[in-house]
Amino acid sequence: MTDIPAPSASDALPQAKRDLVPVLLPVILALLMLPLVGSFSSWVTLTIASLAMGMMIFIMASGLTLVFGLMDVLNFGHGAFISVGAYVATLVLLPLAGMSQADSLLTNLAVLVPAALAAMAVSGALGVVVERVLILPVYGQHLKQILMTTGGLIVAEQALYALWGPQIIPLPLPTALRGSFIIGDIAIAKYRLLVLLVGIAVFVAIQLVLNRTKIGLLIRAGVENREMVEALGYHVKRLFLGVFMVGSALAGFGGIMWALYREQVHASMGNDLTVLVFIVVIIGGLGSIGGCFIGALLVAMVANYGGFLVPKLALVSNILLMVAILMWRPRGLYAVTSR
Amino acid sequence: MMILSGDPPRSRALSLILIAIVVVLAITPFVFPGAKPLNVAAKICIFAALVASYDLLLGYTGTVSFAHTMFYGIGSYAVAIALYGMGPSWAAVATGIVIGLPLAALLALGIGLFSLRVEAIFFAMITLAVASAFLVLASQLSWLTGGEDGRSFSLPELLRPGTVFIKDLFGVRINGRILTYYIILVGCAAMILGLLRVVNSPFGRVLQAVRENRFRAEALGYRTVFHLTYANVLAALVAASAGVLNAMWLRYAGPDTSLSFSIMLDILLMVVIGGMGTIYGAIIGATIFILAQNYLQALMGAASNAAAEAGLPLLPGLLHPDRWLLWLGLLFVASVYFFPTGVVGRLRGAPKPAE
Repeated sequence: MTDIPAPSASDALPQAKRDLVPVLLPVILALLMLPLVGSFSSWVTLTIASLAMGMMIFIMASGLTLVFGLMDVLNFGHGAFISVGAYVATLVLLPLAGMSQADSLLTNLAVLVPAALAAMAVSGALGVVVERVLILPVYGQHLKQILMTTGGLIVAEQALYALWGPQIIPLPLPTALRGSFIIGDIAIAKYRLLVLLVGIAVFVAIQLVLNRTKIGLLIRAGVENREMVEALGYHVKRLFLGVFMVGSALAGFGGIMWALYREQVHASMGNDLTVLVFIVVIIGGLGSIGGCFIGALLVAMVANYGGFLVPKLALVSNILLMVAILMWRPRGLYAVTSR
Repeated sequence: MMILSGDPPRSRALSLILIAIVVVLAITPFVFPGAKPLNVAAKICIFAALVASYDLLLGYTGTVSFAHTMFYGIGSYAVAIALYGMGPSWAAVATGIVIGLPLAALLALGIGLFSLRVEAIFFAMITLAVASAFLVLASQLSWLTGGEDGRSFSLPELLRPGTVFIKDLFGVRINGRILTYYIILVGCAAMILGLLRVVNSPFGRVLQAVRENRFRAEALGYRTVFHLTYANVLAALVAASAGVLNAMWLRYAGPDTSLSFSIMLDILLMVVIGGMGTIYGAIIGATIFILAQNYLQALMGAASNAAAEAGLPLLPGLLHPDRWLLWLGLLFVASVYFFPTGVVGRLRGAPKPAE
């Protein structure tokens, strides 16, 4: 099981038994699909496509699941950060279209990286504002949280319309990332490969922070039992603000990646993705990063394979997947919170 | 058993406003000539009933459902498809109702049993997912639903504008359209009164007990999942009935008029602005919202033009008529924060928190 992206925690503490069945799910699903898809080359293309899509969804969903796990806050306005990230990226990418359309990977990245950083900075800052203004007053009240964040979503979406107009903004991929690598008769889109690498990097980074740093330890402890961490003298609320900010920034980052993947930006994109992100978070188990990762992969795989094999089924495949998983494990793949 | 609820508005101002709304709705065809006021009035009636049924869920049981438009849409589509497929007859209307309402109830039962045993947040997410899947289904199964275009149909003879009953009553021609309007008015009033009766019954009290403290309600021996599911089914039935009326008024059912997520948000705004957990709030909220939707936009358009002429930056965009939801969204957030009991709670003024 070396290919499993599961964290190896310190051995000093008595460990709970490692639960590997969910980890195997995407692997089994992918292998099962091989004979169904038929041709090996389209299977590879589909698998890479679903892995890339899964990474993007994971990046967007990771913040949401941590925020819920840590503070019992479910942000229905999470999608707004996705849209904001994408719009901010257009601010950088479109004026510098000359650079992003230049035929050199380095020049392209010289635009993409600042765009991504700007997207993360703005959505992260917005996250802080939202946490202070919308969520802080209603801690511990689920109903009001849902209402407040939904209201925030409406305002954010309308504000985006007001600032940028209702039209769809085209956002072409940088030249060097267009096209595919051809190996034999297998075509792998370059951008998907990049997304895959970035997604794995983000996942590894999150896991390292959560498992190897003191802040990560506090976050994990807070997810499991907030009162106890507070009793030990840590400011969980301040910690939470940080997690919320990072989660929003990650959503913004996912937003720019998704916008480039679709090569367009629209204020309703966050809204559309919210549903997908929620399904992922539910499947994974609220509060679990590993579950969120697997859930994102599963959702993306079902969408891609399903879209290829039975296009009509793709419409409801996510729901079917969610129902199936919840029948098996009613609280998601990994139930980390006691709630 | 009492037929009416025995739950008066409990505030003189509120009673006056409610009476005014009902009276104006009742005499709209005679006082305000033209098609638009009648459309607005019909929409207010339909949404008041729809929002009241949502209030049963949100205000009385404290569960947030994002699938309410799905039931509304099922009602709309059922009657639209039946009338489209079977031609304009009363049998088709009956078929639509006989198929649509049980379908909505069954779906609500399924969702309820599947997800109401868990926390409110879980339920909210699952209903959101189911509703979005349903929206996609409705816009993709075009052989049945007409896809994005929806289904237009004609009503039975009796309800058509061409059918004239009285040539001139107080200067108004009483035709099938006006009859349809009164059917909607009476139907929605009946639904709202019925919901008021439900929430003031022992069953309604249990719902409020569940909202306040689920553990305690369970400890008292109530099967809370049963009660919540029952409330969910009831709300779905009323929503589907409102959907039927909506389709009959518009003579059309499509994703944008009956299923879209934005209608769901509209409903949420109406409930919260009107006042959660009051049923009366639904009438107030729907009236304010629909009036704003139809008349505030004109005002904003004028303001936007004025701002554009004055050369102010940003303001024309913010005041553009299409951005009216921005201001309502802000109002929504403010009202959740500052007036959690909404307009009705304010008017009642009593220290009776809805939370």
